[in-house]
Amino acid sequence: MPAVSFQNVSKTYPGARGPLRALDGVSFDIEQGEFFGLLGPNGAGKTTLISILAGLARATSGRVTVMGHDVVADYAAARKALGIVPQELVFDPFFSVRETLRIQSGYFGVRRNEPWIDELLQGLGLADKAGANMRQLSGGMKRRVLVAQALVHRPPVIVLDEPTAGVDVELRQTLWQFVARLNRQGHTVLLTTHYLEEAEALCSRIAMLKLGRVVALDRTANLLAGTASTMLRFKTDDALPADIAAHARVTGRSAQVTAHDAAEVETLLGRLRQAGVRVEDLEIGRADLEDVFLEIMQEQGA
Amino acid sequence: MSAGIRLAGARTLFYKELLRFWKVSFQTVAAPVLTAILYLLIFGHVLEDRVQVYDGVGYTSFLIPGLVMMSVLQNAFANSSSSLVQSRITGNLVFLLVTPLSHWAWYVAYVGASMVRGLAVGLGVIAVTVWFAPLSLAEPWWALIFAAVGAALMGSLGLIAGLWAEKFDQMAAFQNFIVMPMTMLSGVFYSVHSLPALWLTVSHLNPFFYMIDGFRRGFFGVSDVSPWLSLAVVGTAFVAVSLLALGLLKRGYKIRP
Repeated sequence: MPAVSFQNVSKTYPGARGPLRALDGVSFDIEQGEFFGLLGPNGAGKTTLISILAGLARATSGRVTVMGHDVVADYAAARKALGIVPQELVFDPFFSVRETLRIQSGYFGVRRNEPWIDELLQGLGLADKAGANMRQLSGGMKRRVLVAQALVHRPPVIVLDEPTAGVDVELRQTLWQFVARLNRQGHTVLLTTHYLEEAEALCSRIAMLKLGRVVALDRTANLLAGTASTMLRFKTDDALPADIAAHARVTGRSAQVTAHDAAEVETLLGRLRQAGVRVEDLEIGRADLEDVFLEIMQEQGA
Repeated sequence: MSAGIRLAGARTLFYKELLRFWKVSFQTVAAPVLTAILYLLIFGHVLEDRVQVYDGVGYTSFLIPGLVMMSVLQNAFANSSSSLVQSRITGNLVFLLVTPLSHWAWYVAYVGASMVRGLAVGLGVIAVTVWFAPLSLAEPWWALIFAAVGAALMGSLGLIAGLWAEKFDQMAAFQNFIVMPMTMLSGVFYSVHSLPALWLTVSHLNPFFYMIDGFRRGFFGVSDVSPWLSLAVVGTAFVAVSLLALGLLKRGYKIRP
């Protein structure tokens, strides 16, 4: 039984200028114990898909299950199996951190949960904030409480929707250590993120969404191996030839171009020399997930 | 999922809703009590010697049960509606939406907490206003029944308003253009029998009139219409509004798009 199963999920929102198709026949499974990444540009449908999974929105058609429970027909069991860290930094200003966690526990019918609440507070570096009102916490601390809230009923499947957006380095590390430990203990993790290096480091398998469709679904290693694997990085003040510029990632003076093998690197360098581009700080390295991502998104756009 | 777990979830939401208004009880309980006292002082002072509605009942005495019931109804409505609309606008409703709680649990918890707030404010108004004029309790069971059903009805209506309104100004419109006129024109400040025929008929179409009239019956043992008729009207309205609220919750109207 997969931890999460999306079966031909579509979602259409009624819009002012005609219906908007946010998801278009999305199908894939996440196996139990996986650390799974869901990637895609803004508006690809990641949050819509997660909302349907969590019962925050309803699919127009298709079926979603969590640990075998249908999220509509058997919503109570499905939601008990799921812990979701929402993207927005939301909180209830009436309560302290501990009250917030006790209440969330109670919603799931978990009583006498104090030892686990203490463990969560400790593990997420919140122990000294337990009595503080939610309003008094910094953004990073509020984010930690959101994670604790999602885990308070010990769900086997954890969903993190852009958990590190706008979060400082220290919290990111605390968070990843904590989540990686949960994953080692057998929890399934579904992560959406904009930080591709995080997905590359953490996720064993990745799905990429674009315009509501799955455009790539594979093990992270295969995705990295299957596309241009070499990366040429350099700095220049000159304009790149048009054919190279079309494939390059340019940030200020820096440019990055992918190549499939050494011969292609040589050709590229030759083209640059021919065009009179003066290259500084040349590096040749392995392509990362960001390059794969851009390549897949470009292919699909063409 | 076992019944015990379901019950624990609903109880937690009920308790959270109680805590929510209790933590700001100065605003949610003390303030409406003060408003009621101001009504009593001003209207009582101006009208005490000019208006007599029931034989042997002074105007201030007549006014007190109406003010009590008005406070019960308005605060029961305010509790569920403001809690829901605030949670939706600030986004923290997500914490509730991801739980296994059923639409029944939501309904019972929100309406239950609204009833507690409405009745707490009502008791507060009685406790303060009872010093201003003699007040009897001729048929107290009527007062209890109408206060409870009226608060439940308004708590349910507040749920519907809280689901429907997407902004605070929509909520204010619901309160100012529906709840407020219906309470003010329900006979809190007068007996509807003192009205011209047309307005008397219109008043009889207002469910709030039956809530106030039935509640007042508990104090004076007399009422404009039979308390049984009032109970039938209020009870029917309660069932209808509750069914609508439950249906909207089950559908996830505006909260699970």
